[in-house]
Amino acid sequence: MVTGRGKQQKKQVYGYEKRKKITGYQVFSVCNVILMLFVILVTLYPVYYIVIASFSDPGALSRHTGLLLAPLEPYTGRAYQLVFQNPQIVTGFQNTLFVLAVGLLINLSLTMLGAFFLTIKGPMLKNVITFMIIFTMYFSGGLIPSYLNVKDLGLMNSLWALILPGAISTTNLIIMKSAFQSIPNSLIESARLDGASYFQILVRVMTPLSKATIAVMVLYYGVGHWNSWFSASIYLRAGDKFPLQLVVRNILNISASAMSSDVGMDEMAQMADLIKYALIVVTAAPILAIYPFLQKYFVKGVMVGAIKG
Amino acid sequence: MKWEMGRWRPWGGFSLLFHFRKGNVAGFAGVRRALMRYRKNRKDGTRMGNKKKKKESLLRRLGKDLRKYADAYILVVPVVIFYLLFCYKPMYGILIAFKDFSPAAGIWGSDWTTSYGFQHFIDFFQSYYFARILKNTLVISLTSIIFGFPAPIILALLLNELKNEKFKRVVQTVSYMPHFISVVVICSMILMFTSNKGFITYLLSLVGGPDFSLLTRPEYFLPIYVLSGIWQEIGWGAIIYLAALSGIDQELYEAAKIDGAGRWKQTLYVTLPGISGTIIIMLLLRMGNVMNVGFEKVMLLYNEGIYETADVISTFVYRKGLQDFQWSYSAAVGIFNSVINFAVVMIFNKISRKFSEVSLW
Repeated sequence: MVTGRGKQQKKQVYGYEKRKKITGYQVFSVCNVILMLFVILVTLYPVYYIVIASFSDPGALSRHTGLLLAPLEPYTGRAYQLVFQNPQIVTGFQNTLFVLAVGLLINLSLTMLGAFFLTIKGPMLKNVITFMIIFTMYFSGGLIPSYLNVKDLGLMNSLWALILPGAISTTNLIIMKSAFQSIPNSLIESARLDGASYFQILVRVMTPLSKATIAVMVLYYGVGHWNSWFSASIYLRAGDKFPLQLVVRNILNISASAMSSDVGMDEMAQMADLIKYALIVVTAAPILAIYPFLQKYFVKGVMVGAIKG
Repeated sequence: MKWEMGRWRPWGGFSLLFHFRKGNVAGFAGVRRALMRYRKNRKDGTRMGNKKKKKESLLRRLGKDLRKYADAYILVVPVVIFYLLFCYKPMYGILIAFKDFSPAAGIWGSDWTTSYGFQHFIDFFQSYYFARILKNTLVISLTSIIFGFPAPIILALLLNELKNEKFKRVVQTVSYMPHFISVVVICSMILMFTSNKGFITYLLSLVGGPDFSLLTRPEYFLPIYVLSGIWQEIGWGAIIYLAALSGIDQELYEAAKIDGAGRWKQTLYVTLPGISGTIIIMLLLRMGNVMNVGFEKVMLLYNEGIYETADVISTFVYRKGLQDFQWSYSAAVGIFNSVINFAVVMIFNKISRKFSEVSLW
């Protein structure tokens, strides 16, 4: 009481005390906000740079060094035109979309089947199969034996080589399993009593109740397919089968001179850089446009994956 | 005595005699069988073939189980086929590391190498590359862990201190973004920005740094690899810590405040202990990948000029196996990698279990 009154009196007597009352924590808070703004800047700037560079004038861009704050005039969308006219890139898009669609279908159905089986209570072989699945998380054949295996199975130079070997990711299966396990078992039992088969239970009961986790699976597998290039680079020979990322990699690595045959020689080299920027935007944009909307789902997915896996 | 368990069977002890009386030849196998039958009868107090008391055989139970859960087993068949075909068959393929594999002879038909099948391992240990790629792998991986592991924790702690929920969400969403960009694109961005005309090189030259393409010099590979890794994964890595932070009981903070702890003390004595379990699990998982350097990224970033610091075990396996077609040698190097990796996981799990009672299994 006494000290409290003393403080109050002090405040009344010396008015400037009020201004001086900036605590260390407030200083920290301000610094923290500034730091976070810096994090945003550092994260976004490289992407921003690519985007504005892709709209810049190729000549001005090739002379420019250092930071870019706005597109260099005159603006041009020519690079995008060239990118979308390029047959390699167009077939790349088609191949990636095929792998994405078929792959996702197989990924999801196999992962859900496996995860569902692991949640059924009763089957004798459940432990054996569980062990068989978990074991692969700690031990695998490695690059060369897997490659020889794909070769053995006759999948070389086929888009199936990009789909089948990665049809199930065990980590994802475990995430899916824990989602199924969080559904009360009595639901399965009562559905069994009503005469439903396990397949019907999976489709009619489990699937609608775990939509959020399925969305996470779609995101994880989908991003995986969209971004993968390595298996394509070792399993595929023919250029018309290459998925987008491999096409992009080849174009970005090797000079882009073959890209644009209808522009002049000198302009071509400058255009090549521009095309690289445009290509990066085109390949990264779809996922960057989608992920913010799935945020609340994958936060949950990361949690389960890290803890159960 | 077990006699009480069943009826009295005066012939029980005489099965040996019966054996001979039936005209069997006094061979070893026959006698042994008879003896075993005799022992068995005594032991569980029943005669062979007395189905009433005998437990059902495993096979029979399995058959029943398969019939009972038939529609469940049918569902898992494709999954099992997948694992056998794409996970276990390659494991069998590991044999080639101990053989001189030739595609014509197949895995089984190829000849074993000398030194009891370990010739490829010996060759590798004696080769010039062994020390280099092992060192690079460890250096890159450990540096990534030392700088890359704490970064998301710090970000999560700082995000946690933000008062404005909306701003916090914006920072989070932005920080996730690089995680979704493909490694191909990330690497070409790195190559562009660190080339002699790139803006990173430009910024460095402003403060007296180099003004040439950074990735043509061996000494710049490690910092570029580690920093770009942090840039890409810091936000994604922070998710789990943020979730752990939101799980801390708010009353603990109230209690700490009453005890006179400031924000810093609260962080030290409430927040950090609250997420220490998560931190340890994440560290264990991270250590489990200590030998698996992000190999696609290395492949896309390195060039022959900087193999000295950039070549790691997995890229070496790739070059030897898939470019030089030394299947067996390269498979042996791959096995070496997994064995070390597995050993590291075990060791760290043990250490963690000893000190903190948190472990992976």
